[in-house]
Amino acid sequence: MDGPSNERIGRATGFGMVAQGDGYWYRPTSVEGIRDVFEAARRSGRKVVIRGSGRSYGDAALLPEGLILDFRRMNNILAWDPETGLLTAEAGVTLEQIWRHTLEDGWWPPVVSGTMFPTLGGALAMNIHGKNAYRKGTIGEHVTEIEVLTPSGRTLILQPDDDAFYEAISSAGLLGVITRATLQMKRVSSGDLRVLPLSCADWEEQFACMERFEGDADYMVGWVDAFAKGKSCGRGLFHAAWYLDEPAERPSSLRMDRQDLPDTILGFFPKSMVWRYLKKLNNRWGMRQINWAKYTASRLLGHGKPHPQSLVAFSFLLDYVPNWQRAYLPGGFIQYQSFVPKEHARRVFAEQFRMQQEARLESFLAVFKRHRPDRFLLSHGVDGYSLALDFKVTERNWPEVRRLAHRMNELVLEAGGRFYLAKDATLRPEDARAYLGDETLTRLRTRKAEWDPEGLLSSAQAERLGLV
Amino acid sequence: MSKYHHAIVVGASSGIGRELTLLLAESGCKVAAVARRGDRLEELERAHPDLVFGVVHDVIAYDDVPALFVETTGRLGGLDLVVYCSGVMPEVGPSEFDFAKDRSMIEVNALGAVAWLNQAATRFQNTRSGTIVGVGSVAGERGRVGQPVYNASKAFLHAYLEALRNRLSKHGVTVTTIKPGPVQTEMTARLNLAGAMPAKDAARMILAKASLGRDCFLKPTHRLIFWIIRNFPTRLFRKLKV
Repeated sequence: MDGPSNERIGRATGFGMVAQGDGYWYRPTSVEGIRDVFEAARRSGRKVVIRGSGRSYGDAALLPEGLILDFRRMNNILAWDPETGLLTAEAGVTLEQIWRHTLEDGWWPPVVSGTMFPTLGGALAMNIHGKNAYRKGTIGEHVTEIEVLTPSGRTLILQPDDDAFYEAISSAGLLGVITRATLQMKRVSSGDLRVLPLSCADWEEQFACMERFEGDADYMVGWVDAFAKGKSCGRGLFHAAWYLDEPAERPSSLRMDRQDLPDTILGFFPKSMVWRYLKKLNNRWGMRQINWAKYTASRLLGHGKPHPQSLVAFSFLLDYVPNWQRAYLPGGFIQYQSFVPKEHARRVFAEQFRMQQEARLESFLAVFKRHRPDRFLLSHGVDGYSLALDFKVTERNWPEVRRLAHRMNELVLEAGGRFYLAKDATLRPEDARAYLGDETLTRLRTRKAEWDPEGLLSSAQAERLGLV
Repeated sequence: MSKYHHAIVVGASSGIGRELTLLLAESGCKVAAVARRGDRLEELERAHPDLVFGVVHDVIAYDDVPALFVETTGRLGGLDLVVYCSGVMPEVGPSEFDFAKDRSMIEVNALGAVAWLNQAATRFQNTRSGTIVGVGSVAGERGRVGQPVYNASKAFLHAYLEALRNRLSKHGVTVTTIKPGPVQTEMTARLNLAGAMPAKDAARMILAKASLGRDCFLKPTHRLIFWIIRNFPTRLFRKLKV
């Protein structure tokens, strides 16, 4: 394989478009091809970053001047058994490919992110969660086997009874390359969910909803208006959802055409254009109005009235407006997501809102979820709640946004909370050390020394956080 | 503060290139200073040990450039600015036609620029970003009696940079041609130029204009004078001593 040259260089961008870096792109189609990329890195004295669809918000899938191991051509589904629901695929398949492959047989991915575009490898590297995190945990908990290629050249087959399984998954692609995985899909008899919207007047009601449904609902998510102050702080719209049982043999709700998201709004307005209009409103004033309008609508329409919604429409809310992230151009945005133990969550999240309002840097979109701990190495799971906050970034406000993030970190760390590498763009080495703990970092480095003694795998994030 | 973070300056050992290197480093930009004379580069490294590193290279070693370019951007950790300011102007008598001298000007002023800036163009076209600055000269505006090939080499550079700009602007790349008038440098020391600008001032103006993406003179008076010279009737121009 040829070494890094100007013909291979290209810009890699995080999903939030704040983090960017130029690297040398390699798109292998086989495990042999991946070995060649490591060889090219060795010969040129450079490092390798693994990249899937580039849906991590920050700098996890880029490395300035490094070799970018782009997985998107390794996207074959290798085996599918509609009897057992076991699916084996190369790591470059996307969640979209997976559900499209299995749904008509009555199977749905056990855990999905809010978008269907991540690759399976990326999802495992970050060990993603969904709106069912409090019941089903992270995606790694539904994997029965992975194949890992270490930079040192070994191929390992790992199962949940290996410690290394819990390290390869969740370690952000810093230990080895997950080349394929077998996923246990979830049986569904309908392509629809029963969705219950509940408008919440404040944090009190948001938490009450989560507590009320956590033993029962299959999915839960809360949207929060970050502009609301005082008694209204925490107001928003909570959704619980349940799988439906359809008695029919092959219900039509499982069909592709019933799941596909429409490409227009109200039948004529093309969604591909929406981000351009959204951009006009994408400022503090406009977003205050949109958040207010969404909350007001939640009180007047649909409150407490369950309705059916397709799995795709409910699960992949972020895909509803294509390329919505571009509404944040030119500066981009970050997502700040913190995970806080349940006994401290209410206080910490209310205080995070107060800090944003004081700094006049309110999050334009705030999403609230319930979680549970897991045993993966770089885990973000806690027995508690997470709050994901989208902040618009401009050249001018970036130092302020970072300062705000660092102040919010202190609250999270004091409460024993955690962070999530798929989202992170602002953590400092001391924050990462504090939430991960020395024992975890020692385990990471011990395994790294075994699998990647030359330190070939890296990322801009890993270098920023001092993980490698 | 400059908005550049990683720069290559070719021709950094003296004159405008040296001052550009120092100014960029003072603004916090990491600079790869490329030049033939290693001892001069060490001085620059000593002035800014964390930000400047020297790359010893003779710009006429064209075949070395592709590998050296990639290696240099690797050491820099990125690239958003490339400035080509290598240039030679040997003394040429009023009736002298010396091929060796003429060849050296074309090799350094023109071909060296193509070797380096083709690399920059390839990279920036692919990353859809970046700024290329070429230091030309007002001397490239007309063929004059004193320096036929120096004039021609700078005219070549101007046309080449204009073509790069036209090719690359749609990829989000900025290409700026700087046409300095007389500047106090080693190259011009023997000429005793009246009213020559200190190299430091020239460098400051070049950095201020780097993002403009067009042909730039450094002073409005140069723009006017050279507009007149460019449009001066050729029959009369040949009678002048300029």
